[in-house]
Amino acid sequence: MSNDTTGPNTTEPDIAGTETTPPPAVEQAVDPRLLVREEGFKGYLNEFRRKVRGGELGSLPVVIGLVIIWAVFSIKDSGYFAASTATFIAYYGAGLCLLAMGMVFVLLLGEIDLSIGSVSGLSAAIYAVLYIHDGWNPWLALIVTLLCGAAIGAIHGWVFAKIGVPAFVVTLAGFLAWQGLMLWVLGSSGTINLDNKGLMGILTGNSEFLGADISGGYILATVAVVISLLGGLNEQRRRRAAGIPFRPTSELILRTGLLAVVAYVVAYILNTDKGVPNVLVLVLVLLVLADWVLRRTTYGRQVFAVGGSIEASRRAGINVARIRISVYTISGTFAALGGLAIAGTTQSANLSGADPNNLMMAIAAAVIGGTSLFGGRGRVWSALLGVLVIESIQYGLYRLSMGQDAEYMIMGAVLLAAVIVDSLSRRSQKNSGRG
Amino acid sequence: MSAPVLALRGVSKRFGAVQALTDVELEVHPGEVLALVGDNGAGKSTLVKTIAGVHPIDEGVIEWEGQPVSIQRPHDAQNLGVATVYQDLALCDNLDVVNNLFLGRELKNALALDEVAMEKQARELLSTLSIRIPSVRIPVAALSGGQRQVVAIARSLIGEPKVVILDEPTAALGVEQTAQVLDLVERLRERGLGVILISHNMADVRAVADTVAVLRLGRNNGTFPVRETTQETIIAAITGATDNAVTRRQARVAEADK
Repeated sequence: MSNDTTGPNTTEPDIAGTETTPPPAVEQAVDPRLLVREEGFKGYLNEFRRKVRGGELGSLPVVIGLVIIWAVFSIKDSGYFAASTATFIAYYGAGLCLLAMGMVFVLLLGEIDLSIGSVSGLSAAIYAVLYIHDGWNPWLALIVTLLCGAAIGAIHGWVFAKIGVPAFVVTLAGFLAWQGLMLWVLGSSGTINLDNKGLMGILTGNSEFLGADISGGYILATVAVVISLLGGLNEQRRRRAAGIPFRPTSELILRTGLLAVVAYVVAYILNTDKGVPNVLVLVLVLLVLADWVLRRTTYGRQVFAVGGSIEASRRAGINVARIRISVYTISGTFAALGGLAIAGTTQSANLSGADPNNLMMAIAAAVIGGTSLFGGRGRVWSALLGVLVIESIQYGLYRLSMGQDAEYMIMGAVLLAAVIVDSLSRRSQKNSGRG
Repeated sequence: MSAPVLALRGVSKRFGAVQALTDVELEVHPGEVLALVGDNGAGKSTLVKTIAGVHPIDEGVIEWEGQPVSIQRPHDAQNLGVATVYQDLALCDNLDVVNNLFLGRELKNALALDEVAMEKQARELLSTLSIRIPSVRIPVAALSGGQRQVVAIARSLIGEPKVVILDEPTAALGVEQTAQVLDLVERLRERGLGVILISHNMADVRAVADTVAVLRLGRNNGTFPVRETTQETIIAAITGATDNAVTRRQARVAEADK
């Protein structure tokens, strides 16, 4: 994944490096001064270097950072680089990752949602009360909880988009108000224990794909690799048929190979511990789905457009208010689901559900993963990368018995580093005429 | 002359205490380049935005092919067949050229966006207009001002419009790029489109326009056929007097030449 720096549209034209000659009419559209990628693997490397220098860093900084973090903790603590670490990260990172995915949608608009921590706590409380106290069917309780999250997000979006209150203030009010509602819903007891029925069974950590069968991880890895390869080949075929530049087969094989290495190594590591947690499968499925929505649908294109230029979007006939309300609705829904996953790690809905740390870490995860705070640039996969960084650090510090004092300071430094990379990348994009 | 494709009858627009447009009349015919000129603040941009649906009109009637129509939103104008290229271009810097060309009119297949078809059409369109850009898949932020301008104009043609509005299309361009844009305007006329060209540059107006409509302080101040009108007449209409800074300067220069 480290050389996947092509941003939301990974359909890089490859004008010189193709076997077929494009029709001359098309070739005319190319400026002769243009730097085109040379043929073969060397050209690919050269283009990669040029992009890094031009500020299109993509997920490169975070991958390098991750390697450094793992190396440092492994030196300090010989037991860190173990399969149990991966399981820990998968269980405890899932809820945060769901919150961060919602946050990516909001950040793509160039806005922020400060309420997701409170909404996640509230949703856990609503679910617990409906299911445990009132004895509802767990799936019905789940659906109602998610709808509550969506409705809360829609309210934020509506006040922001229709009344024009800055999103920062709307969601700050939500941050306070929904936390209060959570306290009221939980009542005097303050804690409601949950069991493993319904979706909570998947979220609570002791549930693995295919009942922890050793084949589970490899089946998932194979499915991912095959779908990726077939998708790439299909796109190559369609682009070739349409007479427009396409990725050379060598590049497709390289990409698929990298994905295969990552997927099978992760599957192997998780298998040596407990197996692939179902919550990780759920998160990955949602990531693929959200990525598809953002990159392949009209709706996703409109989200990017509004994040790039509100005025241009409005003039293109995009209903900006509708996009804003829907994005906050998505954020609220992910917050509700993430809240349930976080409640799953403690098997209870309690007062700490609305911990503002969850909010801060979700924003940090999205930004660390490479989604711009300035809107219009990023992808949902950055949520996963950012959570990997955060949970790797948290677990490492926990194993070294370092207190929250060290944890907060290190997290602060990492977040600042991520934002500095984002700002510097914007600046060097400007310098090389890209922004 | 054929019937106007777009006509404004007595259009007025207010912003709070400012009367931006008062009883403006305008007619655009198919295959005609209508230059809309006027001083800064004369209401040219406002007028264009009322046609494009950005600012709905307060009073008056907009007629499309002889029928009164209501333009409340940009979509209404798009659906009628009005395409607008704004002074500030209105491109999304973070999206690539193809995505910008098709923004708001994306091509779809059964499942998702049809990127292949969009890229193919984009390349064909750009090459028929002889537009040179480095790649159709780089972010618009990476293009020069002239390249952005031609992309913005090309974008207006994606929806097969009948009227194209160009707001100061040559304001920020070099000599050769200006010529390219003017060529492009003539190509639009040859296609039978009605073109509304807003410009401060009299040379451009005289080069491509058929008719000049002058706005002054939000009102009509004369409509002239370009070929039978002197530049002085147009400038007098723009400034509202035959004795103005331009004529005084010309008189001084003529004096000095003697």
